[in-house]
Amino acid sequence: MIAILILIPLLPLLGFLILGMGFRIIPRKITAIIAPCTILISFILTVFVFYNHICLPASPPYYIFPWIHLGPLKIDFAFLIDPLSILMMLIVTGVGFLIHVYSVGYMKDDPGFNRFFAYMNLFIFFMLILIMGASYPIMFIGWEGVGLCSYLLIGFWFKNHDYNNAAKKAFIMNRIGDLGFLLGMFLLYTTFNSLDYREIFAQAKVMTAGNTTLVAITLLLFVGAIGKSAQIPLYTWLPDAMAGPTPVSALIHAATMVTAGVYMIARSNILYMLSPLTMEVIGVTALVTALFAASIAIFQNDIKKILAYSTISQLGYMFVALSVGAFTGAMFHLATHAFFKALLFLGAGSVIHALGGEQNIRKMGGLRKTLPKTYWTFLIATLAIAGIPPLSGFFSKDEILAGVFESNTSVWIILVIVALMTAFYMFRLLYLTFFNSFRGTEEQRHHLHESPAIMTIPLMLLAILAAIGGLLNIPELFGGSSRLSGFLAPVFADAVAIQQRNTPLTYATEWILMGVTLSLVLIIIAWSYQKFVKQNKGLQPDDAPRPLAVKLIIQKYYIDEIYDMLISRPVLQLSKMLHDVVEVRLIDRAVNGLGTLVVWTGKTVRYVQTGNVGFYMFIMVIGIILILFFNILI
Amino acid sequence: MTPISTIPIHYYLIFCSTLFCIGVFGVLVKRNALVILMSIELMINSINLLLAAFSAYTNDPAGQILVFFIMVVAAAEVAIGLAIVVLIYRTTHSIDINVLNKLRW
Amino acid sequence: MLTVLLILLPLALSLITFMIKDEGAVKKFALAGSLAEFAVAVAAFVQYKTSCHCTLLFHADWFSSMGISLRFGLDGIGLLLVAMTTFLVPVIILSTFSHSYKLPSSFYGLILLMEMALVGVFASFDGMMFYIFWELALIPAWFICALWGGNDRIRITFKFFIFTFTGSLFMLVALIWVYLRTPAPHSFGFEWMLAAKLSPMEQSWIFAAFFLAFAIKIPIFPFHTWQPDTYAESPPAGSMLLAGIMLKMGLFGIIRWLIPICPQAVQQWAPGAMTLGVIGIVYASVIAIRQQDLKRLVAYSSIAHVGLIATGIFACSIYAMEGAVIQMVSHGINIVGLFIIIDAIERRTGTREIAKLGGIASKAPRLAIFFMIILLGSVALPLTNGFVGEFLLLLGIFEAHPIFAAVAGLTIILSAVYMLWMYQRVMLGKTNELTANITDLTWVEMATLIPLVVMIFWIGVYPSFFIETSLGDVLQILSLPINK
Repeated sequence: MIAILILIPLLPLLGFLILGMGFRIIPRKITAIIAPCTILISFILTVFVFYNHICLPASPPYYIFPWIHLGPLKIDFAFLIDPLSILMMLIVTGVGFLIHVYSVGYMKDDPGFNRFFAYMNLFIFFMLILIMGASYPIMFIGWEGVGLCSYLLIGFWFKNHDYNNAAKKAFIMNRIGDLGFLLGMFLLYTTFNSLDYREIFAQAKVMTAGNTTLVAITLLLFVGAIGKSAQIPLYTWLPDAMAGPTPVSALIHAATMVTAGVYMIARSNILYMLSPLTMEVIGVTALVTALFAASIAIFQNDIKKILAYSTISQLGYMFVALSVGAFTGAMFHLATHAFFKALLFLGAGSVIHALGGEQNIRKMGGLRKTLPKTYWTFLIATLAIAGIPPLSGFFSKDEILAGVFESNTSVWIILVIVALMTAFYMFRLLYLTFFNSFRGTEEQRHHLHESPAIMTIPLMLLAILAAIGGLLNIPELFGGSSRLSGFLAPVFADAVAIQQRNTPLTYATEWILMGVTLSLVLIIIAWSYQKFVKQNKGLQPDDAPRPLAVKLIIQKYYIDEIYDMLISRPVLQLSKMLHDVVEVRLIDRAVNGLGTLVVWTGKTVRYVQTGNVGFYMFIMVIGIILILFFNILI
Repeated sequence: MTPISTIPIHYYLIFCSTLFCIGVFGVLVKRNALVILMSIELMINSINLLLAAFSAYTNDPAGQILVFFIMVVAAAEVAIGLAIVVLIYRTTHSIDINVLNKLRW
Repeated sequence: MLTVLLILLPLALSLITFMIKDEGAVKKFALAGSLAEFAVAVAAFVQYKTSCHCTLLFHADWFSSMGISLRFGLDGIGLLLVAMTTFLVPVIILSTFSHSYKLPSSFYGLILLMEMALVGVFASFDGMMFYIFWELALIPAWFICALWGGNDRIRITFKFFIFTFTGSLFMLVALIWVYLRTPAPHSFGFEWMLAAKLSPMEQSWIFAAFFLAFAIKIPIFPFHTWQPDTYAESPPAGSMLLAGIMLKMGLFGIIRWLIPICPQAVQQWAPGAMTLGVIGIVYASVIAIRQQDLKRLVAYSSIAHVGLIATGIFACSIYAMEGAVIQMVSHGINIVGLFIIIDAIERRTGTREIAKLGGIASKAPRLAIFFMIILLGSVALPLTNGFVGEFLLLLGIFEAHPIFAAVAGLTIILSAVYMLWMYQRVMLGKTNELTANITDLTWVEMATLIPLVVMIFWIGVYPSFFIETSLGDVLQILSLPINK
């Protein structure tokens, strides 16, 4: 068993090493086999682990080798295999494999083919370490490692300066979060004398809710999650991260890495459950993020940017779920989101591929005919994210909404609004891309083609997942058995025990809530159909006169500019000031001043040496007299 | 025999101080190197005399022994000093000390 | 005996090297000699690991009337640093093979002489021997920089020499003072100096004198201004010796001499020293962002990194102290790697100015990979050597003063800022006239970098090997303040 567990992350690492060392010699065909196969085998092994786990639950962490052992500090390389990590492993290796296969087609003509797959394999390795680790430091290895891969892949086309800037921005913003995570770990260690999940949770279980230390720990860890999962105020890197190749956006910036924050909080569920203050902070942050990002998405015209803002907004959804203690709901939405958002990105990639790199949806249109497979899969994903039954997004969103309604009605209203905005911008995207007539250049029209099978087959597989993913956790309302909830229950058992249960919703209320949401969403879809397809509006040029508020949103609330003004520039100014003023004029001048002082003293005092022997003798006599005089005095 | 102690010690003190001051005055005022050397000799001898006097008054021979040492050293010093003066005279054709100001600053 | 051999061998090698005339022969001899020295160090390491972990001590009287004796030994901390020194010197020598220096025999002879002095510093268990080797290390360093340095070398090296020498004199005064307080008959021996009876006031003065000497050598803010200039003007090998090994002398001095001799003063003044360290971290990191010269940028990053190490040492926690030991080794490896890369770039393009470079990665992928790995080590990515050290340092600092840890932790953000920005401007983007025809790393250059990369990952993935070696001695040092 332990050998299998080691193999799961080791295979992608091996893939990385082989491809990384031989990136010049290995032919593309072999790369195209090695890279996806390592992930496929990992996936198969994960499935094996999954079945094994169902037979034999509750296993202790699998110890591999000691990492940092220093007196009482014991950090081992150890894997914790429980339902939560298995779920994530399945998503990462499963979706990761499909995206790898897709990438073989997508990156076919890129000169950096081998390099790309090396980075992708490395990413899967680090992501698996993040998920499987049995302690916070091991999670942190993966946490920083995926950040590195994200950096490398965003800046994959490194000749472009903007892409490099985007990559650097992502890494630095993640590092800000990582500092919070690191400090959180230190506080955990000084509080619990351990960094191992089991030991910490066992000790934390008996602590009183609202403990200040716990609040501080959870807030610091949440800072890490803010960075990694792109929440306010550290979200601006994610839209820029779309500079990377589209499969990267699908894998890293939609399905897996950005959900690490959600996973981390779900993993630390007990700590968070005992810190109501933190939960409120998470709730407010996430709610604002969800609304904010959704509003920006409505006015974007870059197909990938829309999806990026949508990802931020959906992540906000998951965090809201976490903040009300609906951990299963959050994980469920994480899973379904991984399916449909990966599908959306891959579909977008297919469109971009067909149009030869065009990303502006105003120059698309009518692609329904020429890209039928892409269109149908994209449609499924769009319906899923909008929450149309019986697709996966409907169930996961509904679970979150129901959970939120139990604790706070006003939050529920905002989330419904976000859901409506989601439906609107997604259908706007769909209509503008696939409906009406083509608005691109004649040359592009000529080259329009459906993607090859190696790209469309992963699309279709993902479409199936996006469609039926909801089956994982059909609520009792529909006669289901909430399988996922049952599967994850042992992980969240302690937290659920602590949580004060609100009275569960009656079936009637649930039906009403669902009905209200669904009908509103359908109205929005119909309205946007009217607006974008029938009237063919919404294509004003950028300089068209608009109300001030809309301008503000189109410019993304000027957040990037504000950060630039408040942080980047002052730091650069400070750097210049410290060097030119403090360093050169103050410290170095003081140091040189000491030397100059010595030289000056010598220069001044030497004038005593007049060269006049009589004068010397006079001084000598005076000196003798003075010495005698002092002798008499003392 | 008239012991030396019949002459009061302060006579020696005053006499030697006077001699010493004349020596100092000579060193400070005179510009001729030879005269300065002589003045230094005068100072040394004033000290020698005082040492001898105190030695006699206190019946301690150490003082008189010291006088011999000083005389030896003084002789050596005069020998070197005169040699330097001769060399200076050869190069500058003068023994005026004010000419010897090349080593300033 | 291995300890003595470790000191005498480079001395003998250096004397022979001075006499060889032929350049090619000098290079090969120096490399072979330094490798032999490394082999001896490995032997000492193996002996230390396999035997009872006892200190490899050698004792012989020298000026017994003055209490100066030849006492050399290697405890876990010294052994790690000696191993690092002997590991890095062959790498540094190999990295100079692409250069052709005037007076080659003197150049390599001086490097080996410096190795002898450095090993002596790390192995001395006698205060006066420590001082002698400490000053001895300065002389070859000065010659290397002053003879083979850049255009402004005379002024800069003069400043460097006077600056560090002034600090050392304070240390001499402190050593003699402690010597006079040792139980009769006075001795400079390590154990005697620990047993010296010092009043709190005396301890504070001795702390100040030692601290000044070490702070200048390390260098801790605000005593650092000699460093960027000196690195920039030195030949590459000189920068590597200075940054990679020589500044560890100061950190080592704090651990070996300062803390055990005046533990109370350390406890009293540690917050002040840590404040300076933390200011230095942020200050140097922020300045590094805007540097235009690659070497100066690395110099400022080095000030930030050693500032963190110094802060950690003064936190007096086992995590931070052990982290400091690990990080000293890691920093040596990383900074030598960075200087090798910078040298490789400078030799190919003729400039170190960041603004003039760009796009190298597309022409020289191997160079880009090695640069990236070493860079990741110095920005402390987990599984590289930098992370282990920084994690332990920050954990220890956090235990002592959480606020300091939060501020010191800014280094992980700021280091990413200046390192990645530098990498981006030098390696990424489009090529220009200077970089269009750049060639990739040669096999000799690869051979210098591969050992460093192996060490980066070894320390990063399996640090327990190194932690175990020095942990016992770290614990012993930290237990002293309680006993005294």
